[in-house]
Amino acid sequence: MSTATSTSPRTTPAPSPGDGKSRLRPSFTKLMTIGVLGFFLVMLAGVVGSVLLSSIATRWLNTWLPEGYTLSWFSSAWQEFGLTQVLLVTLQVAISVLVITLIIAIPAAYVLARQDFPAKRLLTVLFLLPIVVPTITYGVPLATLLYRLQLAQTLPGIILINLVPSVPFAILILMPFVEQVDESLEKAARIFGARNWQVFARVVLPLLAPGIIATSILLLVRTIAMFDLTFLVAGPTTQTLVVKLFYAVSAAGFRSPQSIDAMAVIYMATNVLLLAVAFKFINPSRIVGGGAH
Amino acid sequence: MATRTAAAPPSALPPLNKRLAEQGVTPRLLLLLPAVVFALGLFVYPFLYGLGLSFTTDGGSLWSNYREFFSDPYLRGTIWLTVRLAVPAVLIILVAATPLALAMRGAGRGKQTITVILLFPITIGTVLLSDGLLDFLGAAGWVNRFLLDTGLIDQPLQLIHNYWGVMFAIIITDFPFVFLLLLSYASGIDPAYERAAAVFGASARQRFLRVTLPLFAPGLATTASLAFVLAFGTFPSALLVGEPAGSTRTMGVAAYSEAFQQFDYPMASTVAMLMAGVELLVIVIILGLRSRLVPTLSSGRKG
Repeated sequence: MSTATSTSPRTTPAPSPGDGKSRLRPSFTKLMTIGVLGFFLVMLAGVVGSVLLSSIATRWLNTWLPEGYTLSWFSSAWQEFGLTQVLLVTLQVAISVLVITLIIAIPAAYVLARQDFPAKRLLTVLFLLPIVVPTITYGVPLATLLYRLQLAQTLPGIILINLVPSVPFAILILMPFVEQVDESLEKAARIFGARNWQVFARVVLPLLAPGIIATSILLLVRTIAMFDLTFLVAGPTTQTLVVKLFYAVSAAGFRSPQSIDAMAVIYMATNVLLLAVAFKFINPSRIVGGGAH
Repeated sequence: MATRTAAAPPSALPPLNKRLAEQGVTPRLLLLLPAVVFALGLFVYPFLYGLGLSFTTDGGSLWSNYREFFSDPYLRGTIWLTVRLAVPAVLIILVAATPLALAMRGAGRGKQTITVILLFPITIGTVLLSDGLLDFLGAAGWVNRFLLDTGLIDQPLQLIHNYWGVMFAIIITDFPFVFLLLLSYASGIDPAYERAAAVFGASARQRFLRVTLPLFAPGLATTASLAFVLAFGTFPSALLVGEPAGSTRTMGVAAYSEAFQQFDYPMASTVAMLMAGVELLVIVIILGLRSRLVPTLSSGRKG
């Protein structure tokens, strides 16, 4: 964790003869930077702002701002879309995926980070492949298989299909954390007579706790936001929040847009809350970059 | 290691488990078992199952599903419709994100804030984004309101339920991902090289083209491949803000509708396999371009 900030001192610009010259180039780069970021921020603020404002609007037609404001859409959306049931399904799926993923990924990440063995590259590629292949490509055959096995539209089916991208994702995030655990501590424990499982359970796991917490939160966010795969196998009673939102948006016109937007806000709030907690534990640029530094 | 083998009598071969342990094959590898079972059962087997399904026929030849795909213009056309969305989207994102990532690598606190802002769209996901785009870019949305009020247009622009809606959705969802990846690659390029080039009199343009870009090329190629795969798999936004029966009928939409609306599972798997094939092809092209344009530096950098 402490290494997360260690790159900043190196990159502070040292005064050098070339500095005056190099400041000329950023004038173009700076304009470009401001332009790109500005466009992006306007789009993002517009999209999120529209949804937020619409969810508390009484009526909003062809004007800059709504006619009046109300919070009643939230309770009506909750009723209309049966969100108690939907959230319950979402929670069951997310937590089951989390637990199973950790059980599979922690030992695998540990061995991959610690040990060299024949066919290690092959195995690593195999484990990480589902991240690189788009979900629909393997999702359609897998969903077909789940339908044939009568597992589709059930909770186990949804959990199984969600594991496919979750396990590689967890292995990828956990590996750098394992590398940060000092191996000499494990050796010391062995010298004092600890067995393999004891070393794992009493030395490695506690030292890995920050990594496991970070991974868990990111996994929860990912599973809650995972649309493509869940959508392929979700049945009428097993829709997660994001799938419910999709059906509501795609059938727009049948319901008031404010009610749909209220559900969208509930969904957004869940994810933002989880992500805010995640930021307490991790530096996100390290996760996405896969530890390239 | 060397001293131990020297001390042992040359004739006595060490026991098998010891020889295996020297190769790294220890009981600890059993910890990989759950992950191997998982990968084979939930990824490799379903994929092979899909591959087999794409070759199943009702009496025709082995390739009949593929032949049907390529002879039906509605199906065949999805390849072009998907490429037509994904390639421009990736190019736009790369052109926008590269200077940004290079400029941002030194920034300390600002970098953190921007990272947080950029991560936000990844978190909200495509479905919510599409819902927001329908409001924001719709005929009564803020964008059209602004353009109408400033007198730039007389009629609201059609920005959703067509190609452009999906293009906006792809750019907003994939830009943060590309930017953060590029940023981590850019942070790995030591600014000392550029300073050294500047000392030797290289102009800003020369420094960028001859120093920074070659160092950046491997990261750029990897990112481009990943971004293309992401954009190529565009699915929910093509249904929600696109025109899924027409201009944005991507291969993802076709695979989905073949399977779960037409119940033609073999054809759905065929589309999925072709999707994988096209992606592989584009990745090979990108990596080929990279090695052709920029000679690989053997001792370049890690990452």
